Amino acid sequence: MKTNNLLLQSVTQVVTFLIFAFSIYLFFAGHNNPGGGFIGGLMTASALLLLYLAFDIQSIKKALAFNYVNIIAIGLIISLATGMVSMFLGGPFLNQYDQYVHVPLFGEVHLTTAVPFDLGIYLVVVAIALVIILAIGEDA
Amino acid sequence: MFAIAMAVSLVFLSVSILVGLYRIIIGPSMPDRVIALDAIGINLIAMVAVLSVTFRTSAYLEIILLMGIIAFIGTVAFSKYIERGIIIESRRGD
Repeated sequence: MKTNNLLLQSVTQVVTFLIFAFSIYLFFAGHNNPGGGFIGGLMTASALLLLYLAFDIQSIKKALAFNYVNIIAIGLIISLATGMVSMFLGGPFLNQYDQYVHVPLFGEVHLTTAVPFDLGIYLVVVAIALVIILAIGEDA
Repeated sequence: MFAIAMAVSLVFLSVSILVGLYRIIIGPSMPDRVIALDAIGINLIAMVAVLSVTFRTSAYLEIILLMGIIAFIGTVAFSKYIERGIIIESRRGD
Protein backbone atom coordinates (compact mmCIF):
# COMPACT_ATOMS: atom_id res chain seq x y z
CA MET A 1 0.00 0.00 0.00
CA LYS A 2 1.43 3.35 -1.01
CA THR A 3 1.00 5.76 1.87
CA ASN A 4 0.87 9.51 1.62
CA ASN A 5 2.11 11.94 4.27
CA LEU A 6 1.00 15.14 2.56
CA LEU A 7 -1.18 16.41 5.40
CA LEU A 8 1.45 15.77 8.07
CA GLN A 9 4.23 17.26 5.95
CA SER A 10 2.25 20.42 5.14
CA VAL A 11 1.36 20.96 8.80
CA THR A 12 4.96 20.30 9.82
CA GLN A 13 6.32 22.95 7.47
CA VAL A 14 4.30 25.59 9.33
CA VAL A 15 4.31 24.26 12.89
CA THR A 16 8.07 23.66 13.04
CA PHE A 17 8.78 27.38 12.69
CA LEU A 18 6.24 28.17 15.42
CA ILE A 19 7.92 25.71 17.77
CA PHE A 20 11.35 27.14 16.90
CA ALA A 21 10.13 30.65 17.66
CA PHE A 22 8.60 29.46 20.93
CA SER A 23 11.84 27.74 21.94
CA ILE A 24 13.90 30.84 21.22
CA TYR A 25 11.40 32.90 23.23
CA LEU A 26 11.70 30.43 26.14
CA PHE A 27 15.50 30.58 25.94
CA PHE A 28 15.65 34.37 26.20
CA ALA A 29 12.78 34.64 28.71
CA GLY A 30 14.65 32.47 31.20
CA HIS A 31 16.14 35.33 33.21
CA ASN A 32 12.93 36.98 34.39
CA ASN A 33 10.17 34.52 33.49
CA PRO A 34 9.67 30.74 33.38
CA GLY A 35 11.93 29.27 30.73
CA GLY A 36 15.65 28.92 30.20
CA GLY A 37 18.17 26.80 28.38
CA PHE A 38 16.81 23.42 29.36
CA ILE A 39 13.20 23.78 28.31
CA GLY A 40 14.17 25.87 25.28
CA GLY A 41 16.53 23.12 24.18
CA LEU A 42 13.84 20.49 24.66
CA MET A 43 11.43 22.53 22.54
CA THR A 44 14.01 22.88 19.76
CA ALA A 45 14.63 19.15 19.97
CA SER A 46 10.89 18.53 19.66
CA ALA A 47 10.70 20.80 16.60
CA LEU A 48 13.49 18.79 14.97
CA LEU A 49 11.80 15.58 16.11
CA LEU A 50 8.63 16.70 14.33
CA LEU A 51 10.72 17.15 11.17
CA TYR A 52 12.11 13.65 11.60
CA LEU A 53 8.57 12.29 12.11
CA ALA A 54 7.14 13.96 9.03
CA PHE A 55 10.08 13.36 6.69
CA ASP A 56 12.88 10.84 7.02
CA ILE A 57 16.36 10.68 8.48
CA GLN A 58 18.22 10.98 5.18
CA SER A 59 16.38 14.09 3.99
CA ILE A 60 16.80 15.87 7.31
CA LYS A 61 20.48 14.88 7.40
CA LYS A 62 20.87 16.53 4.01
CA ALA A 63 18.96 19.66 5.12
CA LEU A 64 20.57 20.01 8.56
CA ALA A 65 24.14 18.80 8.18
CA PHE A 66 25.00 18.90 11.88
CA ASN A 67 26.91 16.27 13.75
CA TYR A 68 25.05 16.29 17.06
CA VAL A 69 27.92 14.70 18.98
CA ASN A 70 30.11 17.68 18.06
CA ILE A 71 27.35 20.03 19.18
CA ILE A 72 27.42 18.44 22.66
CA ALA A 73 31.17 19.21 22.83
CA ILE A 74 30.67 22.78 21.57
CA GLY A 75 27.97 23.42 24.19
CA LEU A 76 30.15 22.09 27.01
CA ILE A 77 33.08 24.22 25.81
CA ILE A 78 30.90 27.35 25.71
CA SER A 79 29.59 26.76 29.24
CA LEU A 80 33.02 25.98 30.68
CA ALA A 81 34.64 28.93 28.90
CA THR A 82 31.97 31.25 30.31
CA GLY A 83 32.80 29.96 33.76
CA MET A 84 36.54 30.31 33.26
CA VAL A 85 36.45 33.89 31.95
CA SER A 86 35.84 35.11 35.50
CA MET A 87 38.96 33.23 36.68
CA PHE A 88 41.12 35.27 34.31
CA LEU A 89 39.44 38.46 35.53
CA GLY A 90 40.38 37.69 39.13
CA GLY A 91 37.08 36.30 40.38
CA PRO A 92 36.15 32.75 41.38
CA PHE A 93 35.08 30.09 38.88
CA LEU A 94 31.54 30.62 37.47
CA ASN A 95 31.39 34.18 38.77
CA GLN A 96 28.89 36.13 36.67
CA TYR A 97 28.91 39.71 35.46
CA ASP A 98 26.05 41.84 34.27
CA GLN A 99 25.84 45.28 32.76
CA TYR A 100 23.22 47.65 31.39
CA VAL A 101 24.21 48.47 27.81
CA HIS A 102 22.58 50.88 25.42
CA VAL A 103 21.95 49.03 22.14
CA PRO A 104 20.76 51.23 19.23
CA LEU A 105 17.66 49.30 18.20
CA PHE A 106 16.54 47.84 21.54
CA GLY A 107 17.37 50.65 23.93
CA GLU A 108 18.58 49.76 27.43
CA VAL A 109 19.48 46.05 27.52
CA HIS A 110 20.56 44.07 30.57
CA LEU A 111 23.45 41.91 29.33
CA THR A 112 24.64 39.07 31.56
CA THR A 113 27.22 36.34 31.21
CA ALA A 114 24.52 33.88 32.27
CA VAL A 115 23.24 33.93 28.68
CA PRO A 116 26.30 32.24 27.07
CA PHE A 117 26.28 29.71 29.91
CA ASP A 118 22.62 29.03 29.12
CA LEU A 119 23.49 28.80 25.43
CA GLY A 120 25.88 25.96 26.23
CA ILE A 121 23.15 24.18 28.20
CA TYR A 122 20.74 24.74 25.29
CA LEU A 123 23.13 23.19 22.74
CA VAL A 124 23.90 20.21 24.99
CA VAL A 125 20.21 19.51 25.66
CA VAL A 126 19.22 19.75 21.97
CA ALA A 127 22.08 17.53 20.85
CA ILE A 128 21.71 14.90 23.58
CA ALA A 129 17.96 14.55 23.00
CA LEU A 130 18.46 14.13 19.26
CA VAL A 131 21.42 11.75 19.67
CA ILE A 132 19.31 9.52 21.93
CA ILE A 133 16.27 9.61 19.64
CA LEU A 134 18.25 8.97 16.46
CA ALA A 135 20.35 6.22 18.04
CA ILE A 136 17.14 4.41 18.98
CA GLY A 137 15.19 5.27 15.84
CA GLU A 138 17.85 4.50 13.23
CA ASP A 139 17.55 0.90 12.11
CA ALA A 140 20.67 -0.91 11.06
CA MET B 1 -18.85 34.05 42.63
CA PHE B 2 -15.77 34.05 40.40
CA ALA B 3 -14.08 31.36 42.50
CA ILE B 4 -17.25 29.24 42.34
CA ALA B 5 -17.30 29.47 38.54
CA MET B 6 -13.65 28.43 38.37
CA ALA B 7 -14.26 25.52 40.75
CA VAL B 8 -17.29 24.35 38.77
CA SER B 9 -15.34 24.43 35.51
CA LEU B 10 -12.49 22.49 37.15
CA VAL B 11 -14.98 19.85 38.30
CA PHE B 12 -16.43 19.55 34.79
CA LEU B 13 -12.95 19.25 33.28
CA SER B 14 -12.13 16.54 35.82
CA VAL B 15 -15.26 14.63 34.84
CA SER B 16 -14.25 14.97 31.20
CA ILE B 17 -10.79 13.57 31.99
CA LEU B 18 -12.40 10.66 33.86
CA VAL B 19 -14.52 9.88 30.79
CA GLY B 20 -11.36 9.89 28.69
CA LEU B 21 -9.70 7.60 31.22
CA TYR B 22 -12.63 5.20 30.91
CA ARG B 23 -12.10 5.16 27.13
CA ILE B 24 -8.37 4.49 27.61
CA ILE B 25 -9.05 1.51 29.89
CA ILE B 26 -12.04 0.04 28.01
CA GLY B 27 -11.24 1.21 24.46
CA PRO B 28 -11.43 -1.82 22.20
CA SER B 29 -8.80 -0.67 19.71
CA MET B 30 -5.51 1.18 19.91
CA PRO B 31 -6.64 4.33 17.98
CA ASP B 32 -9.43 4.80 20.55
CA ARG B 33 -6.84 4.99 23.29
CA VAL B 34 -4.64 7.41 21.33
CA ILE B 35 -7.53 9.77 20.67
CA ALA B 36 -8.59 9.55 24.31
CA LEU B 37 -5.04 10.45 25.38
CA ASP B 38 -5.10 13.44 23.03
CA ALA B 39 -8.44 14.57 24.46
CA ILE B 40 -7.08 14.22 28.01
CA GLY B 41 -4.11 16.37 27.01
CA ILE B 42 -6.43 19.09 25.71
CA ASN B 43 -8.46 18.93 28.94
CA LEU B 44 -5.25 19.27 30.97
CA ILE B 45 -4.39 22.38 28.95
CA ALA B 46 -7.82 23.79 29.81
CA MET B 47 -7.28 22.96 33.49
CA VAL B 48 -3.93 24.78 33.49
CA ALA B 49 -5.64 27.80 31.92
CA VAL B 50 -8.39 27.78 34.57
CA LEU B 51 -5.82 27.37 37.35
CA SER B 52 -3.77 30.28 36.05
CA VAL B 53 -6.91 32.42 36.12
CA THR B 54 -7.65 31.19 39.65
CA PHE B 55 -4.17 31.95 40.95
CA ARG B 56 -4.12 35.29 39.08
CA THR B 57 -0.73 34.63 37.50
CA SER B 58 0.56 34.61 33.93
CA ALA B 59 3.44 32.28 34.78
CA TYR B 60 1.58 29.23 33.48
CA LEU B 61 0.84 30.55 29.99
CA GLU B 62 4.02 29.01 28.54
CA ILE B 63 2.95 25.64 29.91
CA ILE B 64 -0.29 25.82 27.90
CA LEU B 65 1.58 26.23 24.61
CA LEU B 66 4.15 23.63 25.64
CA MET B 67 1.54 21.00 26.50
CA GLY B 68 -0.20 21.65 23.18
CA ILE B 69 3.04 21.03 21.28
CA ILE B 70 3.88 17.92 23.29
CA ALA B 71 0.37 16.48 22.88
CA PHE B 72 0.53 17.07 19.11
CA ILE B 73 3.94 15.44 18.70
CA GLY B 74 2.97 12.50 20.91
CA THR B 75 -0.24 11.89 18.98
CA VAL B 76 1.61 12.09 15.64
CA ALA B 77 4.21 9.61 16.87
CA PHE B 78 1.59 7.19 18.17
CA SER B 79 -0.50 7.36 15.00
CA LYS B 80 2.55 6.87 12.81
CA TYR B 81 3.50 3.82 14.86
CA ILE B 82 -0.01 2.38 14.52
CA GLU B 83 -0.13 3.00 10.78
CA ARG B 84 3.42 2.01 9.74
CA GLY B 85 4.89 0.08 12.66
CA ILE B 86 7.88 2.46 12.46
CA ILE B 87 8.09 5.96 13.88
CA ILE B 88 11.15 7.48 12.18
CA GLU B 89 11.82 6.27 8.67
CA SER B 90 15.41 6.08 7.56
CA ARG B 91 14.66 6.52 3.85
CA ARG B 92 11.76 8.11 2.04
CA GLY B 93 9.27 5.87 0.29
CA ASP B 94 9.61 2.61 2.20
